[in-house]
Parts: sequence; structure tokens; C-alpha cells
Amino acid sequence: MGAANSCTQTCGVFMSFALFAEQVLNGLQSGIMLFVMAAGLTLIFGVMGLINLAHGSLYMVGAFAAAAAAAWTGSFLLALIAALIGAALVGMFVEMLVIRRLYDRDHLDQVLATFALILIFSEGTRFFFGSFPLFLDVPKVIAGPINLPIGIEYPVYRLIIIGVGLCVALGLWLLISKTRLGVQIRAGKNDREMIAALGVNISALYTFVFAIGAGLAGLAGALVGAIQSVQVGMGEPVLILAFVVIVIGGIGSIKGAFIGAILVGLTDTLGGIFLPELFKLFMEGSIATSLGSALASMLIYILMAVILVCRPQGLFGVEG
Amino acid sequence: MILTRENILNFVITAGLILVPIYAVIVEEPFTITLATRAVIFSLAAVGLNIALGLGGMVSLGHAVFFGLGGYTMGILAFHAQSYIPLFEWPILIEGTKQMLVVWPLAMIISAIAAFVIGLLSLRTGGVYFIMITLAFGQMFFFFSISWSAYGGEDGLSIYVRNQFPLVNTLVPIQFYAICLAILMLALWINARLAKSSFGLALSAARQNTARVRNVGLDPKSIKLVAFVISGAITGLAGALFADLNRFVSPTMFSWQLSGEIMVFIIIGGIGRLYGPVLGAIIFVTLEHFLGGISEYWLVFLGLLLLLIVLFSRGGLVGLLVGRERVHE
Repeated sequence: MGAANSCTQTCGVFMSFALFAEQVLNGLQSGIMLFVMAAGLTLIFGVMGLINLAHGSLYMVGAFAAAAAAAWTGSFLLALIAALIGAALVGMFVEMLVIRRLYDRDHLDQVLATFALILIFSEGTRFFFGSFPLFLDVPKVIAGPINLPIGIEYPVYRLIIIGVGLCVALGLWLLISKTRLGVQIRAGKNDREMIAALGVNISALYTFVFAIGAGLAGLAGALVGAIQSVQVGMGEPVLILAFVVIVIGGIGSIKGAFIGAILVGLTDTLGGIFLPELFKLFMEGSIATSLGSALASMLIYILMAVILVCRPQGLFGVEG
Repeated sequence: MILTRENILNFVITAGLILVPIYAVIVEEPFTITLATRAVIFSLAAVGLNIALGLGGMVSLGHAVFFGLGGYTMGILAFHAQSYIPLFEWPILIEGTKQMLVVWPLAMIISAIAAFVIGLLSLRTGGVYFIMITLAFGQMFFFFSISWSAYGGEDGLSIYVRNQFPLVNTLVPIQFYAICLAILMLALWINARLAKSSFGLALSAARQNTARVRNVGLDPKSIKLVAFVISGAITGLAGALFADLNRFVSPTMFSWQLSGEIMVFIIIGGIGRLYGPVLGAIIFVTLEHFLGGISEYWLVFLGLLLLLIVLFSRGGLVGLLVGRERVHE
């Protein structure tokens, strides 16, 4: 999620602390959004054992639903609600039509069927909305910057994103560890036959879990779409980053997804800013920029490789 | 060779690959030859992936890495040759080249090295992790190629003239096609030999039951790694040929969509079948040409076709045409 940053023109080697703090916040913001995306993926994999490439399409569906709702009603809040509900409904529909036939299949079939869904979703969206990016405007009240302590200026909207993401994390934690539904979800992870025998409607439970994941992806799409732009193909780069997050955190672990997402968000944002600067210390300017940014683009994958070497099952994954 | 229905189908496909371009020369339709060349090169890439996927059961969603590396090997060498800037001056002088016979081995070696490293890391885990990690490594190369501006960055590299091959005029479409087809046939032959060799049997066993393979004293991980390296090298060679066909390389050769498409060729054709990737690539290129001409949203139809094949037909088109694979010969 190439975090937009406002500092490329002025960054010197000795960047002020305020600018550094701003970049850390940017990293946190993109990490938190990655978490909202990855939480759904990891939940769906943990409970149903499904690898869902079309999760990025649901992210895109959310963003387009938000853009359409905002154009229609003029309200940003309604747009976000439309994203959440729209993506959840589409997710539910897709689950009942296609995904549910894939739970018993091997991973290859899941990959191919959800790859096919990406093609259908992307081209379908292009057909209805065209190839040009749409814009989703943040309301003026929260678009501007706010003064934080120690001279940091930061856009309110990005702080709100961080807040929403933290609420999602808290909500998921409460849902899974404190509610009856959460107990069923955790039980479904461990023994599908047993909880079906105990009278839980397993297929409704799966549809519900899938819809939660889809809704979260849609919400993330709308929130990020307002910073960047809403366009076809926006979901897949994020999806792949979310995979990196899950691999780092350990598949099926929400806590792992959270820590992994923050790690990836910070590494990606800070690496992109500081690596070229670092290289400039002992290299000629243009080569340093070129090499530094090239290397920065690989940084999170190198992080992933290192973690794989040390802990193949991810930071919070279960062995075997 | 026993005259099974699958062998007859394979023979028909081979005959088609030889006769259709000859017909195109006679009726002077050079574009058909270009399409056929495209299909043959995609087939080669998919034959490479099929060794990892079909024989070894490794679901790699990152094979575009090798395709792209092969392409960029060709692109970078040709770029240095056409601009007369040496590739390295130190420690020894290395200049660019336009000789296919030099480019191909290099493309294969570089892809093989990349496959070794990626395979070594990815095979530490299995199943769904393997899919995600190969996908992530693909993305790593994609972003690297975009941000590395020395070789065109996002815009890619254009090569003015196609590379040379001794005694052949590669600028004539049918002659270049003949080279590609010969390589594909060689790769299919190697694939068939490999599947029947003791290594191939061990690889199939490692796909089906790792515990048993370990119990007979073999190391399934290193068997799979070797297969992954061979697979990567073949796909890398396809990438070099693809760069030759288009006289252009760009980061899209590294894109995850391409990794997905190479896999789609295999699935449309039939996984683990010798000619599955070939049939799949031919059908893909044909659909791309005809449906793409009718509607710019043709990928929707490809998506629907793929979904139907995955959900309702096991064994792809080869399976549909010749029935289930015979277990015993």
C-alpha cells in the first residue's frame, strides 16, 4: 500500500523529528489498513481452510460501493456504511454461489477458482464503472491537518483511519473471545464435524465468517480509496501485501496478522523514505535514489524471507 | 509408443502446430504465425510450471519471476549490445550479446539460480504458505523491475532487432517459429523422459506421500527443490523467447497476473498431462484473439470458463477429450 507521503521534495539526511514522526504515523496507518484486510483473510483461512485470492476484489467492491454511495447521497459516513454492507452482501452471495463448493477442494482448485473470480470482478467492474479512476472525497472537516504535540502536523482523516482500524481489531477480539459466536468460530477451526454434531449450523456459520471478512475488506477499500483513488485492480497489490502479513504473522492468527501488518506497514513506508537517504551518505545522488528505492521496494519481502528462515510457521503460527 | 487416445490427441496437436503456420505462410497471413509463436512460447512456460505443479504438486503462483528473468536477461544483454556499452568492465570485460545461443543458457542459469533461492525458502513451508510466498516473491521482482530505472523501469526496454541464431534468419516469422517449436518439442521430450525416470517417480511419490518417501530414505524436500529449479529454468527460457518475439521487455512479464495465467494454461489443458499446458496455451491465445476482438471485456468469459472447469470438470480439456488417465501402462 505505497503510502503517500508529503516529504519527498524536502527530505534531507537530517530529517527533523516531526517529519520522522509523520512517517511513522503513515506507516502505522497503512499497517492498520493492511490488518483490516489481512484479518478477514486469516479468519477465513483459519476457520474454513480456504485461500481466497478474490479478497482483493471485495476490497475493490467496497471502494466502488463507497464512491457510488457518496456520489448519490453526498455523505461520507453513508459511503463507508455502503462499503461495509455492500462488500459483505457481495461476499455472502459469492460464498453461497461459488466459495462453499471449494472448502473440500485442494488449495490449487481454490486458487484457480478465486483467480477466476478476480477476472470476473475486475472486468465486470470495468464494464460498469469504466477504466478511469473514481474519486472519493473526504469531508472538509476531517480532511485538513491537526496539530499534535511536539510540532507534528497530521491529517485528521488518517488519524481516524488508525482509530477505525484499532476499533476493528478490538471488535474482532471481543467477537472471537467473548461471544457465543466466537466460541463456535473457534470450535469450527478445531473440529468441524463435532460442532456440526452439536447442532451448530456450520454452513451458515461459514457464510457469516466469510461475510465478516468481506465487509472488513470493503471497509478498508473505502477508507484507503479516499486517500488514493478508486479503480479496477486496486485490490490485488493490497491482497499480496496481506498475504505477506499473514505469512509473517502465522496463518489463522489474528494477533499475528495485527503485528505482521504493523511491521509491514512501517517497513514499507520508512524503507521507501529512508533507504535512498541512507544510500546518499556514501553514494552519488541519482544512483543512490535509484538503488535505494529499488531495494526499498524489496524490503518487506526480505523481511518475510528472514522470518521464514527463523520461524517457518510465522511469528504466531502453530507448529505443523 | 502405445496408441492410446491421449497419444493420438498429442499427435494431432503436434501436427496442428506444424501445419497451421505452414498454411499461414502459403496464404500469406504472417499474423497467424505470430499468434502461433505466442502460443508455443506460452506453452513452453507452462510446460516448465507443469513440472513443478503437475509432477511435484508445488502450487507456485510466482512463475512469472522466471519468465521475467529470462526476458530481462535477453533484454539487458541486447540493450548493452545495441548501445555498445559493456555490461561490466571489471573484473573482466563483459559485453552485451545478440546471440540466442549465448542468451538462452544464461537466461536458464539465472532463472535456475532464482528458482533455487526461492524454492529453498518457500519449501521450508508447504501448502497454502507456499502459494502465498511464491506470489510474494513474484511481487518483489515486479516492484524491483519497476523501480530500477537503469533498464527502463516502468517503461520497459525496447530491442531494435531480434537476436541471431546461426544459419537461421530469425527476422522471418516462420523461421523464428520453427526455433520456438523445436525448443518446445525438446522440452516436452525432456518432460516425458523426466516423468518416467527414477527421479520423476520419486517426485510423484513426494507429491503424494512425503512420509513414505522419507521412509525409503529419500529426501522429499531436495527432490522437490531440484524439480522447482528445472521448472524455473524452462520457464526462464520461455521468457527469453517471449522477449525475442516482442522485441520488448517490461515489468508486466513479472506480474502476478502472468503467474496466474501460466497456471490457467495448465488447468484449461489438464494438469499433469504432457500436452495439457500446450493445449491450454493454444486455447488461451485463440480465445484472447477472437474474444478479445469481439469484446474488450473478454477476460470475464475466460473467468467464467475457468470457474466452470475448476468446479465441474477434473482433468481439464485433455481429460474431457481422452478420459481419465490410465494408472498402469
